[in-house]
Amino acid sequence: MSYSDGRILLASEREGQVSRFRAWVMLLVPLAAILFQVYVPLFFQFLGFLEMPLLVVLYFALMRRSQISGLLVGAAVGLAQDSLSKNPLGMFGIVNTLVGYFAASIGLRLDVDHPFIRLLLSFFFYLFHQGMYWVLARALLGQHLGIEWQKLLMLGALNAVVGIALFHFLDRLRQPA
Amino acid sequence: MEGFLNRYRNITVLLLVLFGQLVLLAYQVRNEQDVPMIRVWTVTAVTPVARVLEGARGGSLGFVRNYILLHNADAENRQLREENGRLKLENTFLKNELSRADRAKALQMFQAQTESKMLAATVIATGTGSSTSKVVYVDRGSSAGVMRGMAVVTPDGIVGKVIAAYPTASEVLLVTDPDFAAGVVSQKNQARGTLKGEGRPLCRVDYIPGDVRVEAGEWFYTSGDDRVFPRGFQVGVVKSVKPGQPFQEILVEPSGIQRGVDDVLILINGVHQEIPDAPAANQPVYIAPNPPPAAAPGGQQQTDAAPGAGGAPQGTDADRLRQVYKSVGDAQHYTFGDGGVGGRPADFKNLPGTPQPSSGGAPPGRGAQAPAGAPPAQGAQPPAAQNPAQPQGTQPPASPGPVAAPRTQTPGAENAAPAPRKQALGTEGSAPAPRKQASDAEGATPSVRKQASGAEGAAAVVRTQASGLETAAPAVRKQASGSESVSPALRKQASGAEGAAPAVRKQAAGAESVAPALSKQASRAGGAGTAAPKQPPAAGRAPEDVRKSNQAAGDRGGPSNR
Repeated sequence: MSYSDGRILLASEREGQVSRFRAWVMLLVPLAAILFQVYVPLFFQFLGFLEMPLLVVLYFALMRRSQISGLLVGAAVGLAQDSLSKNPLGMFGIVNTLVGYFAASIGLRLDVDHPFIRLLLSFFFYLFHQGMYWVLARALLGQHLGIEWQKLLMLGALNAVVGIALFHFLDRLRQPA
Repeated sequence: MEGFLNRYRNITVLLLVLFGQLVLLAYQVRNEQDVPMIRVWTVTAVTPVARVLEGARGGSLGFVRNYILLHNADAENRQLREENGRLKLENTFLKNELSRADRAKALQMFQAQTESKMLAATVIATGTGSSTSKVVYVDRGSSAGVMRGMAVVTPDGIVGKVIAAYPTASEVLLVTDPDFAAGVVSQKNQARGTLKGEGRPLCRVDYIPGDVRVEAGEWFYTSGDDRVFPRGFQVGVVKSVKPGQPFQEILVEPSGIQRGVDDVLILINGVHQEIPDAPAANQPVYIAPNPPPAAAPGGQQQTDAAPGAGGAPQGTDADRLRQVYKSVGDAQHYTFGDGGVGGRPADFKNLPGTPQPSSGGAPPGRGAQAPAGAPPAQGAQPPAAQNPAQPQGTQPPASPGPVAAPRTQTPGAENAAPAPRKQALGTEGSAPAPRKQASDAEGATPSVRKQASGAEGAAAVVRTQASGLETAAPAVRKQASGSESVSPALRKQASGAEGAAPAVRKQAAGAESVAPALSKQASRAGGAGTAAPKQPPAAGRAPEDVRKSNQAAGDRGGPSNR
């Protein structure tokens, strides 16, 4: 893997490189992310702030540079999250679908191999994820969730930092071009 | 249409996916029904992996935890072992401290009861030497006023005597040492003899004639004749008596060292005291026994024994008081606890035999009546000892004056005399003629002759003693001057007896006259030993050992009579 030559914005969609992954990676990594979210906080509660499924959806959407692929990954991971929660199916599905779609759309224009871009995108889509979920819960389920902006921003930053490390690890699972 | 779909394929798919999920969501919300199929798929896909992860985690974590626990168990075991050892040491230390406190209290009580001026000391070392040598070192020396020849005692009895005084420590010859000897007297028949150590726990009392009755279990006290130990200190109890002629074989268990020698008292200024008629008290410090286990509050055991009904009530003063009230209630057929509020209580106006609570719960001290079954306290007055003699501790100071004459023929007043005088006194006895003495006289005669022939050595010794008052025994000087504090026998000897006293005076006056006197005595003793083998030669044999021991211990002013 080699980062681009300092540019953040790409001249065209063709300039970007499409990453390919093996099928088991596409299957096991989202599963591991979901397992991480439901299993690890049992023993390490302080790791409950990590939105590993979101970061995984974001990574695959950015790296695949395919909106359809991104939204499908997002929908699958979101529905799996919904399945393991007490909420009706579709809440996380819709949110992650939108995340996957927009992440893939942005990834077409940006050099997603750049760590700073990854940091910003992770931070931004964490806020987008939380915001969309808040909107949907309020609009569709009538739930009034509170928003703590400081906590939200701090957790966004933490997820962004963790996302950089996670993306770096997942880059090793990419198929060589 | 196809081109439109191709152009907007992504957004179309997005809308379709979103629409599908919205429908799904709406269906669940509207019908309040779940879609179990998707959840089952997800749970089926997730939980096996989670189970595997949990198993791996539990196994690895359990292994690590067990390893850590085992590691901790080993460390904890070591820590507990160290703590156990430390607690054992601490327990032993505390027991020793408790025992030491008891002994210190006993010493304090003993000091308070005894007229003699004493100095407390602690044994700090034992002397080297043969296995029979019994020598210890105490932590008080000449800087504390300890002098050679001072007696060392405990409340239980005599311990030994100081044979060397150093600035910071003193060497004490124990009673069990073979070189130890002291004048003793039996408690009942006042049989006088000489206590000798034998290098073993029991000591021997020599020179008690066979016709003098001494019983096993009888106590021996110091006779005060040796001028080291004041009269009236416990020596030991007779363990065995074997009749013999001319002397009995008596073994005595010295009481002063039976409980170990740790804290002792050095007699700085000994004072004679009366020999009590009562048995000796073995436990100077009375420690009240624990109340019986069944004597819990409300228990009946304390009420079984009515006060004054034979045995003395045990327990505390409160227990005894409770017994009194209980007996009053029983006499009036009053059951405690049955009367309601406002009921009439029993009449306690006249309490029979109410015991007087002791002040402060102090242990019975001097003259106090010990509880039944408990060992009598030091100085406690037994019923048989109230009149005329009083037990140790309750006895007022002995009246000044000469010590009563000994009942037996054992001469005990000659103390710390030099060797020539010892020989002179040996020929002076008037006792019946025991064979042993005769044989002893025969054995002694050659030595006397040798001394007579080689009078220079003896004369030098006598001259040294006579001229050097610092090293001569005050007893000799007192004998020469007719001091009032010596025994009548001594005064008699000093006033003009043909035996030892003239020789002593002559020795004091001039060493030149000693040799003829010795030769004269030698010839006289030789005649006695040859012509009359059964002639009593040696009433002075008994104190001879004492004098030897005293000579080893050094000359010092003897105890005074009060």
